Amino acid sequence: MASQIHIRFEVNYPALTLAVNLELPGQGITALFGHSGSGKTTCLRVIAGLEKALNVYLNINGEIWQDDHAGIFLPTHRRALGYVFQEASLFSHLTVRENLAYGQKRSQNNSASINFDQVIEWLDIEPLLQRHAEHLSGGERQRIAIARALLSKPRLLLFDEPLSALDLKRKAEILPYLERLHEHLDIPMLYVSHSPEEVARLADHLVLLNAGQVIASGVLQETLARIDLPSAFVDDAGVVIDTVLTHHDDEDCLSRLDFAGGIIYVSRQPKAIGSRLRCRIHARDVSLNLEPLHNSSILNTLAVEVVAIAETDNKANVLVRLDAYGVPLLARITRRSWRKLHITPGLKLWAQIKAVALFE
Amino acid sequence: MLNADDITALILTLQVACIATVCLLLLGTPMAWWLVRTTSRWKRVINTLVALPLVLPPSVLGFYLLILMSPTGIIGQLSVALGLGTLPFTFGGLIVASVLYSLPFVVQPLQTAFAAIGERPLEVAATLRASPLDTFFSVVMPLTRHGFMTATVLGFAHTVGEFGVVLMVGGNIPNQTRVVSIQIYNHVEAMEYAQAHWLAACLLIFSFVVLLLLYGINPKPGR
Repeated sequence: MASQIHIRFEVNYPALTLAVNLELPGQGITALFGHSGSGKTTCLRVIAGLEKALNVYLNINGEIWQDDHAGIFLPTHRRALGYVFQEASLFSHLTVRENLAYGQKRSQNNSASINFDQVIEWLDIEPLLQRHAEHLSGGERQRIAIARALLSKPRLLLFDEPLSALDLKRKAEILPYLERLHEHLDIPMLYVSHSPEEVARLADHLVLLNAGQVIASGVLQETLARIDLPSAFVDDAGVVIDTVLTHHDDEDCLSRLDFAGGIIYVSRQPKAIGSRLRCRIHARDVSLNLEPLHNSSILNTLAVEVVAIAETDNKANVLVRLDAYGVPLLARITRRSWRKLHITPGLKLWAQIKAVALFE
Repeated sequence: MLNADDITALILTLQVACIATVCLLLLGTPMAWWLVRTTSRWKRVINTLVALPLVLPPSVLGFYLLILMSPTGIIGQLSVALGLGTLPFTFGGLIVASVLYSLPFVVQPLQTAFAAIGERPLEVAATLRASPLDTFFSVVMPLTRHGFMTATVLGFAHTVGEFGVVLMVGGNIPNQTRVVSIQIYNHVEAMEYAQAHWLAACLLIFSFVVLLLLYGINPKPGR
């Protein structure tokens, strides 16, 4: 097995009980998703050693940070982690450059290949270096907080809802930077969020937390397509597919995206041929047909097979899990259509996709 | 004008105040930090003890100190055991008494300042590999510098202004324990009002300047 992260602990507060036992991939972004009060932040704080818990076992790619049974406990400052807090946490008595240097000069981890100029470039903070923390916008502060965490050469990056204190415009500003880090870094990241948008856009692996319990943990695409989860997570049901841009059609202003399950056309993207694009398809935007429709205005039709059917909160609808040559898809259709079309597992039919949400 | 004795008293006062202030900061800083951070049930008791000099008549405090510093008292036995001799009516005894008397004026502003910065900067520093001691010097002290300035100025000024405790513990020994406030008292006792006026004016101006300075550096009290 490749490098791995193993997290196990229990928390028994009057207001919160948590029981977590997770095996996570040792690279990429793992999103911890859940509603407020589900214990996401507590989870990060226990991993960082900022919060006490019971029966803790933390193994970060082979490095034991805490093992209560063996009596091992590294205090926070001896754990090679980077923590980006929810609100701006820059030291107000230091300049931006001094803030960045704070963790950098205290880092003991010389094996990591984090280069100052590289980080400055990735996060585009050269123009801010001489400024003081008070004179920065919320988005700029968070970028510096991220750079500061990176420069301490962590073996694990923890993000505690880093965008939740920002407005929509600032969020949109920061997300591309996070994607850039994801592309360039091999440091595993745990990303706490209650925004399905952020999770769908950034994560490789998804952990769903509900009232202190892990209710699902798996590859993002697979986990999003699960229809057996509590309805709280199905409200906004939809899948994420990773595609490659293969062709631009200038006449109709379209771009062609290929993936294992077929082809999708979207409005022309300002990207080079060969770019990787992630898109999100909501279950409510997928309708089903027994025949291929040749005279429809809907552009995207995929050949799929029915895998399973599940109830939703709304009795008038059902959720259908589909398989497009190995790629999971979800469709939300009315109960009446379900009966009328006799949709059962194994049935082969056509999925029409009314809308595709693209990130970027 | 000031005579030679007055000058001696002034210099002695400054010496006592400077040494006492250094001792106050060295003692008061860890004390204030502990009082802010601890969850111990002794916290309330220690807090109350530190605040006692605020309400206790100085003569009462001085009286108890005199007893404790006597060769049979706890402090007295300790100082004798350490080879320092007995403390009452000495410069050393004056320092000990001054520190205890001015402690709340140093501990309380520091406590307020430490509490005001909250938990977050400490957590951030820890996630950036700073040990607790490192965090104290690199983050806590710079963020609470106003609190330190307030504590220093108040501690110094309050030591300069003490009278009752000095009279009880230090007595009235020239160049040893006769500080300005005692010297003024002596002048008044001897009906030397002109001399008393000069020294009193010195202290009045000093106090005014100190307070002016304090409000200047510290527009927001408590930080």
